[in-house]
Amino acid sequence: MSSTKYTEYDAYAAEEAAEGKVFDVNGQDWDKVVAAAEELGDERLVINMGPQHPSTHGVLRLILTLDGETVNEARVAIGYLHTGIEKNMEFRTWTQGTTFCTRMDYLAPLFNETAYCLSTERLLGIEDQIPERAQIIRVMMMELNRISSHLVAIATFGLELGATTVMLNGFIEREYTLDLFEEITGLRMNHAYIRPGGVAQDLPSGATSKIRDYLDRMPKRIKALRKLMDDNPVFKARTQNIAYLDLTGCMALGVTGPVLRAAGLPWDLRKSQPYCGYETYDFEVATQDTCDVYGRYLVRMDEMEESLKIVEQCLDRLQTVKGPVMIEDKKIGWPAQLAIGADGMGNSPRHIAHIMGTSMEALIHHFKLVTEGFRVPAGQAYAPIESPRGELGAHVVSDGGTRPYRVHFREPSFVNLQATPAMSEGGMVADIIAAVASIDPVMGGVDR
Amino acid sequence: MTSEHPEQRAEQAADQLPAHAEEERREQPVVRKGMFGAKTTGDTSGYGGLVVRQAPKVSTPRPYGGPGGAAEPGEFDEIADELQRAYPYFGDAVERVVVHRGELTLFVRREHLAEVARTMRDEPSLRFELCSGVSGVHYPKDEGAELHSVVHLLSITHNRRVRLEVTCPDADPHVPSLVPVYPTSDWHERETYDFFGIVYDGHPALTRIEMPDDWVGHPQRKDYPLGGIPVEYRGAEIPPPDERRSYV
Repeated sequence: MSSTKYTEYDAYAAEEAAEGKVFDVNGQDWDKVVAAAEELGDERLVINMGPQHPSTHGVLRLILTLDGETVNEARVAIGYLHTGIEKNMEFRTWTQGTTFCTRMDYLAPLFNETAYCLSTERLLGIEDQIPERAQIIRVMMMELNRISSHLVAIATFGLELGATTVMLNGFIEREYTLDLFEEITGLRMNHAYIRPGGVAQDLPSGATSKIRDYLDRMPKRIKALRKLMDDNPVFKARTQNIAYLDLTGCMALGVTGPVLRAAGLPWDLRKSQPYCGYETYDFEVATQDTCDVYGRYLVRMDEMEESLKIVEQCLDRLQTVKGPVMIEDKKIGWPAQLAIGADGMGNSPRHIAHIMGTSMEALIHHFKLVTEGFRVPAGQAYAPIESPRGELGAHVVSDGGTRPYRVHFREPSFVNLQATPAMSEGGMVADIIAAVASIDPVMGGVDR
Repeated sequence: MTSEHPEQRAEQAADQLPAHAEEERREQPVVRKGMFGAKTTGDTSGYGGLVVRQAPKVSTPRPYGGPGGAAEPGEFDEIADELQRAYPYFGDAVERVVVHRGELTLFVRREHLAEVARTMRDEPSLRFELCSGVSGVHYPKDEGAELHSVVHLLSITHNRRVRLEVTCPDADPHVPSLVPVYPTSDWHERETYDFFGIVYDGHPALTRIEMPDDWVGHPQRKDYPLGGIPVEYRGAEIPPPDERRSYV
């Protein structure tokens, strides 16, 4: 073609494409569409689900080829929530990196931060200098986060299968968990609480008793959820033997987390490659051998109960283990603890008085560390952790500078979502919803 | 003179390696000049003339040790030995072996990547059955090997990890695909292609995955700007992040 001529695109016209006739559904015109489709007499139907469909866990787009109600082909399209977090991190200091990566998987922010910090700490060679109290707080926060994340997984799961009761109950309980986060970190999400070298601040005075109350309440609430779901015949009919993916499939597709454990393999990095001192806690790895959606649900429920056990052990330890929550090395550790003032969260008034009033050297040190940051020796590190969705790891590369040279996140949502076609092709179109929900992808993490 | 500090001692020991001799170091490409990001006459720090050269690419000497340290032969030596036994072209295939921070990296020549990965997966004594992902790194100053593709492998059987790193020049950005060996690398390779422009030969459908299909350029490359606009805050104008003063 010598010259390209652009015609005005009419979104509302039915057009003839290479694949066949294309219908645009605009609402309240279903009768017309059905009548026109009947006229065609073609059983094969390619439909586009998402990227804004309520049951696609965010901006996930599914392109389904249907034969009647059977899914012949499912293709997954992602990228609608790509925000360039990895690129942005290359232009900030190592400490500022936590503020970015916490926003990836927004249901498990503390895991993103920990994964990034563990890799950074390994590269700094300070893994064994992190104060014990900081490690205990990290473990406790991660386990609380695991509970809140699994609650959303189960809540949205219920919603997507049509049960609003489950949704409401799950979100109410999650709200209590987020209240704890707000109490401890100042924010419900996007905490930037776990930093290279430790955590941003120690627990506030009232936090321990609030967590104790939470621990009293949660087992009953989890039992109530179980009572609602575990033997619910409708729920079981929608989940048992649905979206089957066995161990071989999981290995080939790199699937980890509850999906892998529901296939019978007790692979949990907290047990097999412990970090943050997980080897000293007493808990079980939940497994099921059904390889289906129901098994994944049960694994998540069991994991919440195990997490409660870990949180309780953390609280007991925090009573006796006192001390700093940031590394002693002044060249790395953030110079001040945070405090909440009239204008929001900031450095503690005591620290401000110290640097502005009494010590010039402390001011220089603060200024250097906060604006320039610390240098990380050249090299690369990968220290994965067990997030609620599977193996989450940051591949961190440094060129010896004050900023990450490259950070790449191995996001379990991203990897596990690849299993959607394997789980749903050949099944019914309604089961695709259950399949995606059982993977529990978070698009913020998938697209980063 | 030996230092008390183990880190410094290790660095001093590394300095005494023949590969680190002064002449060789001078031949290395320049990584950066100056310090504190000052490029103009405003630099009064005295560090403006500083020239930092890239560290020579050295292989870690045996024994490699294990994740805990390198005092005596450990699991990293086992991995290398088993791969050497199972893969006859080990000498050609593995350019360098680097053990750093308790992690093992094998630099594999790209012609051999697919076969090395297959051996790593299928050999019972290696059995890296899970691929943890593929990521890319762009080193514009690393002439002839600007693009790196990094693969993390995990053996659940032996509870071990290994990293395979493969390089390709910018002018010929081709690396064999690992999808036939590890189907999970499908999306990872699409992502690395999208962000770095590394073409994975043999990938079933190498298309963009995060960026729109008609996007021009590969955003994670170092020559691709971050972008952004200056922001005014309380009367002062703050430049976009990639134009601010940096300390690298």
